[in-house]
Amino acid sequence: MLGQIFVLLCLSSAWAQQLCMPEASDGYKVRLSINTALGDQAYVWNENEMFLFRATLAFAMRSYSGGQDYNVSNIVVCAETPRVSFWFVVTAPLNSSRLIDRSDVEEAVRKSRNRINSAFLLTDRSLEFIGIPPILTAPVTPDTPQWLIVFGVVMGAVGAGIVVLLVTSVVEKKRKKNKKSGDEDIEEEPREKTEGNGFARDGVYNMSFSDDDPVTQM
Amino acid sequence: MKLVFPNPGLDDRIPSHEDLDRMEKEGAGDRPKWDNKTQYILTCVGFCIGIGNVWRFPYLCQSHGGGAFLIPYLLLLVLEGMPLLLLEFAIGQRLRKGSVGVWRAINPYLTGIGIASMLVSLLVGLYYNTLIAWILWYLFNSFQDPLPWTQCPLNDNGTGFVPECQRSSTVDYYFYRVTLNSSASIDDSGGIHWPIVLCLLAAWTVMCVCYIRGIGTSGKAVYVTAILPYIVLAIFLIRGLTLKGSLSGIKFLFTTDVDELINPKTWLDAGAQVFYAFSLAWGGLISFSSYNPVHNNCVQDAVILTVITGFTSIYAATVTYSIIGFRATEKYDNCIRDNIVTLLNAFDLPEDNITTSNYEQALNHLNSSYPDTVLGLDIKTCDMQTLLSEGVEGTGLAFIVFTEAIIKMPGSPVWSVLFFVMLLCLGISTLFGNIEGVVVPLKDLKLLPQKWPQEALTGVTCAVAFIICLLFAQHSGLYWVTLFDNFAGSVPLLTIGLFEMIAVVYIYGIDRFNEDLEFMVGYKPNIFWQVTWRFISPLIVLVILVFYLVTQTQEELTYSVWDPKSEEFPSLTSVPYPSWINAVVFLLAGVPSLAVPVYALCRLVCVYCKKK
Repeated sequence: MLGQIFVLLCLSSAWAQQLCMPEASDGYKVRLSINTALGDQAYVWNENEMFLFRATLAFAMRSYSGGQDYNVSNIVVCAETPRVSFWFVVTAPLNSSRLIDRSDVEEAVRKSRNRINSAFLLTDRSLEFIGIPPILTAPVTPDTPQWLIVFGVVMGAVGAGIVVLLVTSVVEKKRKKNKKSGDEDIEEEPREKTEGNGFARDGVYNMSFSDDDPVTQM
Repeated sequence: MKLVFPNPGLDDRIPSHEDLDRMEKEGAGDRPKWDNKTQYILTCVGFCIGIGNVWRFPYLCQSHGGGAFLIPYLLLLVLEGMPLLLLEFAIGQRLRKGSVGVWRAINPYLTGIGIASMLVSLLVGLYYNTLIAWILWYLFNSFQDPLPWTQCPLNDNGTGFVPECQRSSTVDYYFYRVTLNSSASIDDSGGIHWPIVLCLLAAWTVMCVCYIRGIGTSGKAVYVTAILPYIVLAIFLIRGLTLKGSLSGIKFLFTTDVDELINPKTWLDAGAQVFYAFSLAWGGLISFSSYNPVHNNCVQDAVILTVITGFTSIYAATVTYSIIGFRATEKYDNCIRDNIVTLLNAFDLPEDNITTSNYEQALNHLNSSYPDTVLGLDIKTCDMQTLLSEGVEGTGLAFIVFTEAIIKMPGSPVWSVLFFVMLLCLGISTLFGNIEGVVVPLKDLKLLPQKWPQEALTGVTCAVAFIICLLFAQHSGLYWVTLFDNFAGSVPLLTIGLFEMIAVVYIYGIDRFNEDLEFMVGYKPNIFWQVTWRFISPLIVLVILVFYLVTQTQEELTYSVWDPKSEEFPSLTSVPYPSWINAVVFLLAGVPSLAVPVYALCRLVCVYCKKK
């Protein structure tokens, strides 16, 4: 009796192994880059880690299929290499000679990709399923492009600057005009003194205030 | 040397020394004045030190023999640049007019020089401000983390990246597609790209506000725009030296190759670079000097400015190449790492088998044992020299190489903001001189009414210039900018410089000029200045001009385009210009250069007709 069970088990595992081979049509290759990802904190890949992998994959199949009883034994692994890469296939829970379709496996892995990654402290790049591209996250774009906000701030500041400068120069001009008309009578005398040797000038430059704003005179 | 052309009536057109002393005592009338000497020096420094010091000089230095290039550069700086600089300073300070006024006073037939300077300043100012607009775009976009050029956008299905970005790189894509939306040729204008229009508006408004009262406002602005670049360069130098690989960049820059000194192109490029570095022949320096007090020591100013320019060029080159070295080392390390991963994956070897130290041996071993497999893997060759010489000139340096280096540094947005603020300040301070060289001649030529206040003049000039700049906001704008850069800012400047020297030395009279300098600074300029003004500088400029004309007319006119459909993509493809470009080239280079003889001829004809 025991002998028969033993033979049966051997046969079934051999049969399972035959289902799983490299380049299997319903299988996927997995590649882990633990050292590159974790550096000093890298763990050694051994049987226990492999068990965890098969368990997480079984979990993924269960969540995808909505509760079907997938077990660790349904995940068959083969062709392990020192790179840490291997092939796996998934067998149906009730019929261990039937393989689950490629697309179903892909969907299951996609759905639980995050959970599988975090079980091994890895990312999409360090735990690769060859043939299942990682889901790319688009860069976050807010509603108003950021640059328009900065542009608005700069233009506002510059516009305010222009207005301030224009207003101050208009005010200065008005003030000068008033002062000039007030001082013109007083300036009659010194005018004779400073007028020199016929060097034609438009008017005597009033020295009673200094021209600190070189605004072109009207 | 008594070679002076007859110049009747010169004394009537210019104020005498007594007049100058009197004007100085009385307060010089309605001409603007510098608040203090520092403002003047800073304005000149800002004008001379421009974006070219960051993205043209380091490339020339490295490609012409590194440390050896400094010999022709510094030599020509002293023999060609400094004499012309003093000439412009002194003539402006003596005759107290802008560029058109000065040449008109020397001889009315020479007004063409002033007109040519104005045209060149205008054309260069147009495309220069477009560069400022691009810098502003990058600056506005630097206030976010992560920077927008870190990642490619996704394609429509979300399964991968946009193919144009995937095939080139994120920074290339961001510059050519997102920023400029470049078409594939200069013919294909493709409509206006509105983000660039907004940035152009910002650029011209900033210029307007800084120059709104002439040197009254720009003189205050230069305290920031002239000094900030030095501070930022220092920060980048310190940061750069702490990054891995920066020293290899600096070493690459200064690796001396003495054989390059025999190559005439080295000397030509050095001479041309000196000429453009000093912003000579734009008319801005003459204008700025005319606001100085009469007895200002302009000889000292010329020497100071030369020393500062030389020092800044080398300083900026060191900083630039430290960052370039860092980027090249990063890319090299990534290249090696990618190759290692490819090999490990293909042969299923454990991860620690191949490291960066034994990469070469491992590759050779695998290649000899399994040559076919290795061939099929498409291993990239990683070469430091190629990476160090990639795209290190012009817009490629700032918008592609540097932006790529910045995203690899921790705290990228800060570095990005600092870098683009520095470029902005460098550009704006150069544009002050530019706009001075346009507005003042327009007023002197009475093309703008004399009665208008400075604010109106600045406003109108900026508004008109903005409208013309919309040419560069098209999808083909990049190619127009390159066209302007190559033709508007090269031959005309050399021609004008040559005419300036001939006019002052042989028409105004070098003896009279020496007397003026003795009157202004108290001593006659020594034998060095005499020899350089009369023979050496004009000769150097003439040689450079002749060589330029010869090489330009011999070459077929081509330009580089960003064409995703071409075979060489992602490298730029070299395409010949369409035939109508010849008309544009003539407009850009020919019209300013010919303005001098044409104006003289027209005036001759007018005078002859009037006599009749």
